[in-house]
Amino acid sequence: MTDVSQARKQSSSSASEGFDLAKLLLEGRAFFALIVIIVVFSILSPYYLSVANFLTMASHVAIFGILAVGMLLVILNGGIDLSVGSTLGLAGVVAGFLMQGVTLTWLGVVLYPPVWVVAVLACMLGAAVGLINGVLIARFKVPAFVATLGVMYMARGLALLMTSGLTYNNLGGKPELGNTGFDALGFNRLFGVPTGVVVLVVIALIGSIVLNRTAFGRWLYASGGNERAAELSGVPVKTVQISVYVLSGICAAIAGLILSSQLTSAGPTAGTTYELTAIAAVVIGGAALTGGRGNIRGTLLGAFVIGFLSDGLVIIGISSYWQTVFTGAVIVLAVLLNAVQYRRRSKLPSATGGQPTSQKRGKAETANPAQGKTAR
Amino acid sequence: MKPAADTGSVNGDAVLSARNIVMSYGGVHALKGVNFDIHRGKVTTLFGENGAGKSTLMKILSGVVTPTSGDIVLDGNLVSFSSSSDARDRGISIIHQELSLAPNLSVRDNIFMGRELRTRTGLDFAEEQRQARALMADLEEDIDPMTLVEDLRLGQQQIVEIARALSVDSRILIMDEPTSALSATEVEVLFKVIRDLTSRGVSIVYISHHLEEALQITDYAVVLRDGAITATAEARDIDLEWIVRNMVGENFDLGSPPTGHEFGEVALSIEDVSVVDTSGSGYSVVDHLSLDVRAGEIVCIYGLMGAGRTELLEAVAGRVPMAGGRALLEGEDVSGLNIAQRISRGLVLVPEDRQRDGLVQTMTVGRNLSLASIEAFAKGLFLSRSRERGLVEDSIRKVTIKTAGGNAMIGSLSGGNQQKVVIGKMLTTNPKVILLDEPSRGIDVGAKAEVFRLLSERAAQGLAVVFSTSEVNECLSIAHRIVVMRRGRISAEFGANATKEQIMAASGEAVVA
Repeated sequence: MTDVSQARKQSSSSASEGFDLAKLLLEGRAFFALIVIIVVFSILSPYYLSVANFLTMASHVAIFGILAVGMLLVILNGGIDLSVGSTLGLAGVVAGFLMQGVTLTWLGVVLYPPVWVVAVLACMLGAAVGLINGVLIARFKVPAFVATLGVMYMARGLALLMTSGLTYNNLGGKPELGNTGFDALGFNRLFGVPTGVVVLVVIALIGSIVLNRTAFGRWLYASGGNERAAELSGVPVKTVQISVYVLSGICAAIAGLILSSQLTSAGPTAGTTYELTAIAAVVIGGAALTGGRGNIRGTLLGAFVIGFLSDGLVIIGISSYWQTVFTGAVIVLAVLLNAVQYRRRSKLPSATGGQPTSQKRGKAETANPAQGKTAR
Repeated sequence: MKPAADTGSVNGDAVLSARNIVMSYGGVHALKGVNFDIHRGKVTTLFGENGAGKSTLMKILSGVVTPTSGDIVLDGNLVSFSSSSDARDRGISIIHQELSLAPNLSVRDNIFMGRELRTRTGLDFAEEQRQARALMADLEEDIDPMTLVEDLRLGQQQIVEIARALSVDSRILIMDEPTSALSATEVEVLFKVIRDLTSRGVSIVYISHHLEEALQITDYAVVLRDGAITATAEARDIDLEWIVRNMVGENFDLGSPPTGHEFGEVALSIEDVSVVDTSGSGYSVVDHLSLDVRAGEIVCIYGLMGAGRTELLEAVAGRVPMAGGRALLEGEDVSGLNIAQRISRGLVLVPEDRQRDGLVQTMTVGRNLSLASIEAFAKGLFLSRSRERGLVEDSIRKVTIKTAGGNAMIGSLSGGNQQKVVIGKMLTTNPKVILLDEPSRGIDVGAKAEVFRLLSERAAQGLAVVFSTSEVNECLSIAHRIVVMRRGRISAEFGANATKEQIMAASGEAVVA
């Protein structure tokens, strides 16, 4: 035993000296990638490195960032939400529709709800879409990929139906109707920071507190890491699962409000493929698609990497086709590094734990000769 | 460390030998200069605790991994295997302890996976099927080759795994824990097959945690401890005690029932409980079973694989629904409650499979320990980190978990310590009744004794303990009362003074001479 513990000390000390830089680069990769992007584009373009440009880019990032925070919750749970792009579009269209005034024919009146009511209703819509996802997945055991894929089509179809494919351009409201102020989300600034970015920061802060400091956050990490173990420990896994989709839906609706406010129009095709960008941001941020690993900080960095990269490519005038290729390459690289990181993590503890990996694996399997579904 | 007895000598009848094998992972030596002979046409059993290096040595001998240094001698010639298929081509095959079957394929397809028989135009399904059928007949198992593996019971899946290794016609067959899921009769058949193989000159390496069982079949015994061979002997010269002594290094006692405290009121009352098989066959795996456990009492449920122990405990804990009957906790009916509600009322389960059901591998030791008692350190909406830390440190100390601290990853712990985390997690909730399903599974003798000591301490403080096991020795350790289950019912009850023979006879197991 003594020689094993000595060996343990040696190996851990050599590991900490030899791999420090590599480890730092690996674990902070999203952060370093962001710095590299900023430095490279600042050299390539004189317009890139300025407060004004950063704020503009940040307000673009806000949309993806808000979606990505919701997506992170779902991915931490081991799920996926493909419907957020469509929910974003639908929420925007519904907001646009409400801003035009709701005609109640049987009462013969036209209602013009104030902006805050519109915003609350849109968020409730997002929550409802998320609830459908969550119930399908948690109660009816539909695979998350398929359930949210179906809901993605349905939400998009509803948005197109509502507008017959057209766009609501008049979102300004009228002072005499008391429904002005919709443009605040897109154009107002708080201490010079666009509202969208402020909203992103607030959502990220709330998300971070929920994940790290509340029972719900602990439940989420536990049920994403091992649902069966969490359930046997008394974690309400179904409630957690439904909740993450509801929260993701709300995030999508908020993003929809901000986007239509920024564009001063609500179109039924807004947010198409945004769900994929959100997933990419989460993955670049180091979260594992298998659940249980990931955090808000990484996800935000991921969103900024994608946003700053694509805006930078626009600024230096690279064709949009190449932009797509670059973004794809970054995502592949991120997933590749995730694989490296999690392989290291599963290897390192066993190398320092006094027992070889293979031995440990074997032992794990003894305890569980029937893996997965064949068990019962 | 004592010098190993009689290891360096080159045995005349050794078909495959390991010479001075060293295997290092990082700075850790899993094997420290091991000499190991496989005797021609004989069964050589490798004994050792978990982590002693048994599986590593077998992986080296079957070409799965390459040793850091040392030689492998096959038929007197120095060889090195480039891969497991290289070793297989030279007549060495291995049955890994973990099942490596594709559940979605048939028995036939699994047996011939990777080396399918071909005709000129495609696959020779008819011949494959014939051979698969013949293998099943050899193993006396009534399995149709076209059955999907996922439709087989665990024991039958293990039989398929064995059949696959047998189908290769190897000269040297390594069996790493081949019987963990087999029934007594299936083990008998396997042993018959092993004897048949050795009589045809096939050399067998056998590894098992069932020491008595292994002692029955083996010709030579080799004991590995901490990566070094501590003893070798012919089976006829040794007994169980010799093996355990050499494995553990000292005499090991799993404890005795705690005395000196009065049992309290009935803490858990299981009344007429039935559980129906989940596969939908309508067969009752637990059949109108009733059992009372009093506070401070330790009850051991002994039974073979498939006796319904797991299903009973899971039904009581709320994991699977009861088809009939009810469970009372201190007189209150808990049958309608969910798992969380049962935990908060003081009824907890430590599941059988800690990797699948016990631990969250992505979380730290501390977070695993505190997972079931989050309310205990929640302040309003938020969690109190300092209170959690206190809880975790307290738990680590009480359950004696060997870890760098609460922030260590759960994967850095040894199997025994991981098991202590799962038990500690449940004890942290201050339960009144703890159910443990095979708490000693896959942990070494030392850790086993510590787990039992912990349970008897808590029982003396008034905790009602129910644990299940399939090892007779464990029944005869700390339990005040031994309940034997057979086909979903209680077939016998004994006090702490029961004999192994009585218990095994009541379970339906053939009495081992």
